[in-house]
Amino acid sequence: MNRFDYVRPDNVSDAIRALATGSSKVLAGGTNLVDLMKYDVERPGRIVDINRLPLKEITPTAEGGLRIGALVSNTDLAWNDDIRRQYPLLASAILAGASPQLRNAATTGGNLLQRTRCYYFYDPSTACNKRDPGTGCSAIGGVNRIHAILGASPDCIAVHPSDMCVALAALNASVDVEGPDGKRSIPFSDFHRLPGSEPQRDNTMSSGELITAVVLPPSDFGANYTYLKIRDRLSYAFALVSVAVGLTLKADAIDEARVALGGVAHKPWRDTAAEELLRGQRPDTQLFLKFADQVLTPAHGQGENNFKIELARRAMVRALHQAFAGTPQDQSVKSVQ
Amino acid sequence: MAPSSADIPASFVINGSRHALTIPPWMTLLDLLREHLHLTGSKKGCDHGQCGACTVLVDGIRLNSCLILAVSRDGADITTIEGLERDGDLHPLQTAFVEHDAFQCGYCTPGQICSAAGLLSERHAHNRAEIRENMSGNLCRCGAYTNIADAIEDVMAQDAAAREAAE
Repeated sequence: MNRFDYVRPDNVSDAIRALATGSSKVLAGGTNLVDLMKYDVERPGRIVDINRLPLKEITPTAEGGLRIGALVSNTDLAWNDDIRRQYPLLASAILAGASPQLRNAATTGGNLLQRTRCYYFYDPSTACNKRDPGTGCSAIGGVNRIHAILGASPDCIAVHPSDMCVALAALNASVDVEGPDGKRSIPFSDFHRLPGSEPQRDNTMSSGELITAVVLPPSDFGANYTYLKIRDRLSYAFALVSVAVGLTLKADAIDEARVALGGVAHKPWRDTAAEELLRGQRPDTQLFLKFADQVLTPAHGQGENNFKIELARRAMVRALHQAFAGTPQDQSVKSVQ
Repeated sequence: MAPSSADIPASFVINGSRHALTIPPWMTLLDLLREHLHLTGSKKGCDHGQCGACTVLVDGIRLNSCLILAVSRDGADITTIEGLERDGDLHPLQTAFVEHDAFQCGYCTPGQICSAAGLLSERHAHNRAEIRENMSGNLCRCGAYTNIADAIEDVMAQDAAAREAAE
C-alpha cells in the first residue's frame, strides 16, 4: 500500500475542502478502497476519512419516501424496519450480496462507488482502460466469462458489481451529492454511466463531490417484487446475472413494471420502453418472454460470456413469475421456485 | 485535524485492556493486532476480505480486520479470539467447536468463532439454512462446514433455552 496523508473531518464542508486536493480518496467502510490500495490499483495521495460525518440516519421525506444517509451500513439498511416494510426489494438485494462481515462495514454511498471486479482491472501488470486510460482492454478477447452483454464499448466490457444498486435502479432512487459548487440530486439512472470512450469514469459525479444520501421515492412494490441472483456458488459471489422486479397490479393485470438487471452491464440495466410492453397486460410466460427478448435485442456476447444472454432471458421470465405470484426469492434457502 | 502522513495517535480497548498508541494511517487493524500487539489469534488468510480468517468484533460487530485502517476505528472496543473466554472458561462457541470437532487444521477457526459470535448477537439467523448463509464469509479449506454449522446450531439452541428459562 502506498503512503498517504490522512485527514478525518467532522463535517461535510470540511470534508469537501479536504477533497479538493488532486489525488484524494474518500474512506468510508473501506471494503473496496483498502483492497484496491493493497493491489496498487488505487494510490491516493490523501485519504479523507468521512466516518465521523453525521450521515448515518434513515429519515422520512416530505414526499413519503426515505432518505438514507451515505454512511448507513449495508447491514443497518437491510434490517431497518421501514426499509423492510416499504422497500423489501432493497433489503433482499442487499442480503444477496457480499458476506455479513462486509455488509457490516460497507456503506450506502460506498456501495454505489465500488469498482468493477474485472480481473484485469485488478491486475496492474495488464492493460486496462479503466485503470490506465489508453492502454487497451485485456478482457476483450481475453478471459471474459463475467463481463458485459449490454452497453459495452470497444474500450471496456466491465460490469458494475453491486446488488444493492440494481434494486435502487428499479426503485427510481436518486443520489444527493455535495461539492465545491453546492448540492445537487442525480436520478439513479443517470448516476452510473456506460463506459463509452471514458471507462475510467464509473459515474457522473464531478471531481470533489461527495455522496451525502440516497433518496427513495414512495414505493408500491412492497407485495410484488423479487431479487433473483444467479451466480457460480450459492453465497458470497458476484452475480453472473441478477434481476430486480417490482410490479403493481390492477384487476389481475400488470399496472406498473420495473425490471433492472445486474451483472450484465457497466451500470444497472433498465429498459423502460420494454417495461411499457407489460403495462395493462395479463401476466403469462409468453408475455414475459416477449419482454425479455426486447430487453436483450441489443445484447452481444464476448465469447466466454455468451451464455449470459440466455441466462438473462430465463432469469427475467422466472423473476417476473416470482414477483407476480408474490413469492420473492428467499436469500437463505437458495432453490429457485 | 490537519492532514498527516506521520504516525497518528489512536486508542483502543482490546480484549478489555486500553491501548494508547501512535500508528501509521496505512496500518490495518489486522496488522496492528498481529504485528504490534502480538495477538496472533486473528489470522491473515487472503488479506483481501475474501476468507474471513481475520474476523474480529469491533464494538460488538463482526468485521474483516484486514480491510480496516486501524486509525479509522480510533476509540473502538475490539474483541479477538484471545478475549472471548470469561474468567478462564471457554466461550460456549469455543466449547461447542471442540465438542463438535468443528475444525481440522484450525487456521480458520478464530475467524469462524468470532464470526459466529457476531452471528449470535445479530439474531438474524434462526435455522440451519440461515446459519450457513450468515457464515458464508468464513471459508474453511479443510471443509469442516458441517461440524461448524452443528456447533453454532448447538450454541444457538443453548441461548434460546437460556432465554426461555429467564422469561
